[in-house]
Amino acid sequence: MIMQKWTRSGDFLRFCCKSLTYLRSKENNSVYSSVSGFVHGYESKSKLFEPNDGNHNIELQHRCSGRNLGMQQQYRCFGSSSASKIQRNPLFSSLDAKDISYFKEILGEKNVIEDEERLETANTDWMHKYKGSSKLMLLPKNTEEVSQILQYCDSRRLAVVPQGGNTGLVGGSVPVFDEVIVNVGLMNKVLAFDEVSGVLVCEAGCILENLATFLKPKGFIMPLDLGAKGSCHIGGNVSTNAGGLRLIRYGSLHGTVLGLEAVTANGNVLDMLGTLRKDNTGYDLKHLFIGSEGSLGIVTKVSILTQPKLSSVNLAFLACKDYLCCQKLLVEAKRNLGEILSAFEFLDNNSMDLVLNNLVGVRNPVSSSENFYILIETTGSDETYGREKLEAFLLKAFEKGLVSDGVIAQDINQASSFWHIREGITEALQKAGAFYKYDLSLPVEEIYNIVNDLRGRLGDLANVMGYGHLGDGNLHLNISVKDYNDELLGLIEPYIYEWTSKHRGSISAEHGLGVMKANEIFYSKSPETVALMVSIKKLLDPKGILNPYKVLPRSLISDDH
Amino acid sequence: MKILVAVKRVVDYAVKIRVKPDKTGVDTQNVKMSMNPFCEIALEEALRIKEAGFAKEVIAVSIGPSQCVDTLRTGLAMGADRGIHVEANSSFLPLTIAKILKSLAEVENPGLIFLGKQAIDDDCNQTGQMVAALLGWPQATFASKVVLDKDKNVATVDREVDGGLETLSVDLPAVITTDLRLNQPRYATLPNIMKAKSKPIKKMTVQDLKVDIKSDIEILEVTEPPKRKSGVIVSSVDELIDKLKNEAHVV
Repeated sequence: MIMQKWTRSGDFLRFCCKSLTYLRSKENNSVYSSVSGFVHGYESKSKLFEPNDGNHNIELQHRCSGRNLGMQQQYRCFGSSSASKIQRNPLFSSLDAKDISYFKEILGEKNVIEDEERLETANTDWMHKYKGSSKLMLLPKNTEEVSQILQYCDSRRLAVVPQGGNTGLVGGSVPVFDEVIVNVGLMNKVLAFDEVSGVLVCEAGCILENLATFLKPKGFIMPLDLGAKGSCHIGGNVSTNAGGLRLIRYGSLHGTVLGLEAVTANGNVLDMLGTLRKDNTGYDLKHLFIGSEGSLGIVTKVSILTQPKLSSVNLAFLACKDYLCCQKLLVEAKRNLGEILSAFEFLDNNSMDLVLNNLVGVRNPVSSSENFYILIETTGSDETYGREKLEAFLLKAFEKGLVSDGVIAQDINQASSFWHIREGITEALQKAGAFYKYDLSLPVEEIYNIVNDLRGRLGDLANVMGYGHLGDGNLHLNISVKDYNDELLGLIEPYIYEWTSKHRGSISAEHGLGVMKANEIFYSKSPETVALMVSIKKLLDPKGILNPYKVLPRSLISDDH
Repeated sequence: MKILVAVKRVVDYAVKIRVKPDKTGVDTQNVKMSMNPFCEIALEEALRIKEAGFAKEVIAVSIGPSQCVDTLRTGLAMGADRGIHVEANSSFLPLTIAKILKSLAEVENPGLIFLGKQAIDDDCNQTGQMVAALLGWPQATFASKVVLDKDKNVATVDREVDGGLETLSVDLPAVITTDLRLNQPRYATLPNIMKAKSKPIKKMTVQDLKVDIKSDIEILEVTEPPKRKSGVIVSSVDELIDKLKNEAHVV
């Protein structure tokens, strides 16, 4: 049999990692960024790159002038556009030979990486947008080593970037300057699995797909699934509160993570590795480490509630003539397929065309092109029941005119090829050239308005595409362009953020803030809330060594030192 | 002209096969079952021939337990006009299946019988050939291209053989078995799934067809292939050569 099962984008990510080793690094501690913190594609970078004054300054277009603005001022200055800088925090020390020999002593020679090629990969994010210039990557093998590393870095005031599979999309997992990379990839053991409760306890560096493979013969699945599963680590998933395809069914990691172990900046090991579903004893501090993107501590172990693998999975690929139909279909699906609904994804025709034009061997499952496509997946315990229920639902939707055409996968191979279209969009974007990527949460009825508004605003300067987890109100807004271009970016940002803020949406639904959106947090959070976040950050990491320049506005973190 | 297409219900291609602990066969409890991919291709070809105006009716046949009706529904949703389910609770080997198909052919009088070249569960690759022999019809196996000539009542079939393509011309009625590259099967669309609901599936038994189901073959044991041992990373060329010589004994 030559038929191939599509393995989703994991292979693609691995491929990317390989290709990264061909990038040549600049011997300089600087990065050219623009409003969003994007590093421009490395080819164009050289021409945009300005000679550096040696102070590790980065020219960064930013709408709020001066880093020294107080929070109130910053909140008010939305929309104004002027320049500001990411500056290497001068209070951070630089590595010296003594540091390296200390690390070699505690980790062993081979887990202290100074090799340029390996550092090149670890310094660059997989989109080639963000690039640091770290000279050192550490590979701890256990919590004790992570603790020793952080204790030392804290005492020496060496900045640290925690890293997992490095599949993030907002530059959160790569250094901005010369931060020491602490990669937990060697901490990849499953520690315990309870076949009664389904609770899995494992180390942070376990690759998501490997955990899925581990669980499969036991009849369980991970409560989350995402395109990068072949590379991403569970520790990174937890630290970024990754969403993905199963969120509609199993909820976010704030619900499915039962406990974790984290190491704070001073090397303290917080054992919160509970396996209980219910535990109301004091503040539930594990939540601070879920989604804080490594800025409060390094997650070293995770206890997560896995779900029984149900035998009957059915998938339909549908065409809808307008966005209103998509919304109505979602409402109907929740009402009529409630207990078996496991995914409700959408993509527009621009996304479909992008995939058809850039990926080999993909065909549109429905015969004629439509404005919108919907994927509905059901998961249940009874094949006949699930299938009949889905069929009956779809036939009714078809008769009502909510769906203009559609197909139901008759075998797993067909299902994989439908998923391939939805999951292949990211890969297709990459092949099509440069792109700007936004990840917004919005009220479902507003989701497509922003796509249309942006299309009107950009005209034929760019191809604007909308797709995402409609069931969760999460839009992936992607803008495919010929080259990265600051003028164009000026049209996109802050427009998108302002639009989202106006509709009380979130400027980061599941990707996180990273370096890209650290300064934009006020679009989704009030000044009082951010002020408390800053206090928590200062409490847990007084010297600010953990994943600096990210998550929280840089001005609020570094100014009073 | 009618076209008869045999469709087999098998463990889905993408499912990892598990052998029953008692080694009597493959575990099919709670396992996703689908239409054999080669049968899907056979059905697709029959439908294309019908759509080109060379045939009036496409009949899908499945032999096996009651869940075979699901496979037939898939066939009907792809576009077959009606289904025949020959109910059987034990799994039959190719000769029995061929005898059943032969007696069905005598009832239905199709101008063509399409089968997949083999089923992905037992990999027998015998049924089509046996049906042709029992009926005394010409056969063209492993078809990668089928062209019908209505006036001359012949089919021209390209078959993939070692080292190239062989082109055969067979008189109708004939038996054709299909290979992977013949076509890309269509998906079951909502309108067609809806239409399929009202298409008839006729239930028959082996007794109705007067087929002797006695088998001359007994399956003694089904076992998994030996597990691959994990590899080792060698640290030098010398070590590699040493291992090739002294452990693998290949140099």
